[in-house]
Amino acid sequence: MPNVSPLPRTEAAGATPLIAFRGVSHVFGTRPVLQDINLTVGKSEFVCMVGPSGCGKTTMLRMVGGLQTPTVGEVTFGGKRVTGPAQEISFMFQDYSKALLPWRTAAGNVSLALEASGVPSGERVARIKDLLGKVGLANHADHFPAQLSGGMQQRVQIARCLAQEPSVLLMDEPFGALDAMTRQALQDEILRIIEASRTTVLFVTHDLEEAIYLGDRVVALYPNPGRIAQVFEVDLPKPRNQLTTRESPAFLRLRRALFDFIREGEA
Amino acid sequence: MKLLKALVLPVALLIVWEIAMRVSGVQSDSLAAPSQIAVAFYAAMLDGTIPRRTAETLRAALTGLAIGGGSALVASIVLGLVPPVARLMQFSIEVLRPVPAVALIPVAILSLGFGYGMEISLVAFATFWPVLIYGHAAIANIEPQLLDVSRVLRLSTFGRVTKVVLPATLPRYFVAFRLATAVSLIVAVTVEIAANPLGIGYELMTASQSLHPDLMFALVLWIGLVGWGLNGALLLAQRRLFGPAAMAEIAR
Repeated sequence: MPNVSPLPRTEAAGATPLIAFRGVSHVFGTRPVLQDINLTVGKSEFVCMVGPSGCGKTTMLRMVGGLQTPTVGEVTFGGKRVTGPAQEISFMFQDYSKALLPWRTAAGNVSLALEASGVPSGERVARIKDLLGKVGLANHADHFPAQLSGGMQQRVQIARCLAQEPSVLLMDEPFGALDAMTRQALQDEILRIIEASRTTVLFVTHDLEEAIYLGDRVVALYPNPGRIAQVFEVDLPKPRNQLTTRESPAFLRLRRALFDFIREGEA
Repeated sequence: MKLLKALVLPVALLIVWEIAMRVSGVQSDSLAAPSQIAVAFYAAMLDGTIPRRTAETLRAALTGLAIGGGSALVASIVLGLVPPVARLMQFSIEVLRPVPAVALIPVAILSLGFGYGMEISLVAFATFWPVLIYGHAAIANIEPQLLDVSRVLRLSTFGRVTKVVLPATLPRYFVAFRLATAVSLIVAVTVEIAANPLGIGYELMTASQSLHPDLMFALVLWIGLVGWGLNGALLLAQRRLFGPAAMAEIAR
């Protein structure tokens, strides 16, 4: 192991964790997908989860989002057991082309979140305008998803998530299908947005560099069944910068450590 | 130009038919020349027979369609969104569905007598199944992630149905209703021919039994035109009313 000494810590800093997995195991049919997961996430923390496919990282995210109930153990949010989707927890899906309503415009898709949380129709127009402005789509409000690029569609999804005014943002490989330039732009965008709102983020990715660049901690998982293998602290200064951060020795050391670790896992 | 090409064959056939009838000079109780059919059609239109009979048939067919298709729409949503209900109902559906609506004519006459009531009931029975089966399949085919989105956003059940499920399945429901419309006309006319003293079917039967082949053929052609017109109107409505939603299905 190199000298970054990844800490075996799975407990978040601070007294009460915002999100906690306690002894969580999960089985799909007869196939175990998660085994004895213990992990806590503190308020305003940005935690990235990496691992090969089959390591159950998406399942973990769905559990926090209330879309899946663990077979064994419990997931808590703010000290209470998660039993279903919550207003404060927003979920951003990987496949933007299937997560947006194709028959609604960008504005209409954002409006869906406002309609769901009972925002009176008079207030919606201004809120939608504000949200689309925040993600740089002010001029595309009337476009249907099919008329927008992948990056723009994902921005619409970000705006829809923000419309919920969440304290937790769950992101399931949100930039995986985008080209490199768009991905970097959106990474910075999301950092800027959550920096302002102090939102807690759980971020699933298979891009190790993305995980280091965005995260305060990176949780690496083993597959079949999914287990937490190692937790890496990311001690990189903020705000992060696509050039200087990625060139810094600390970034490179971490990247090396994670790559080595993943390679060991595959061997 | 396209229309012109399409008309070449039927017009040619009509001319051959007309010439053949005139040259051979047959006096037939079962055949009529196109010119005689046209005259009979014109006369039946003028004296109000065709408009009145058409109104009767359409009234029965469309009311039945509204009842059968409408209840199937609701039932398919329940089946699609509550899997236990679907499992519970599956056997009953598979047993009832193959019963031809025509086989129920005697049952309907016995319990409801002649008139609109029994014809509408039979049309409703016949149109219920295609809409139920197509609708159920359409809901099963909704992108699961869209349903996840509706859960994460915590839409109410009503909101989920009206804002996600129905718009996502609308194009398919429209296909189901076009199918059911054709069925409704077939069943209505069949019931009229077989038993009910109403509508185009009854008039057709009367024309046949009173040896008026000219009126009979005029009515057969007219039924075809009515069915074609109904389908055309629905297609037009699909394009006009559900622009973006219908487009979504095409884009996918």
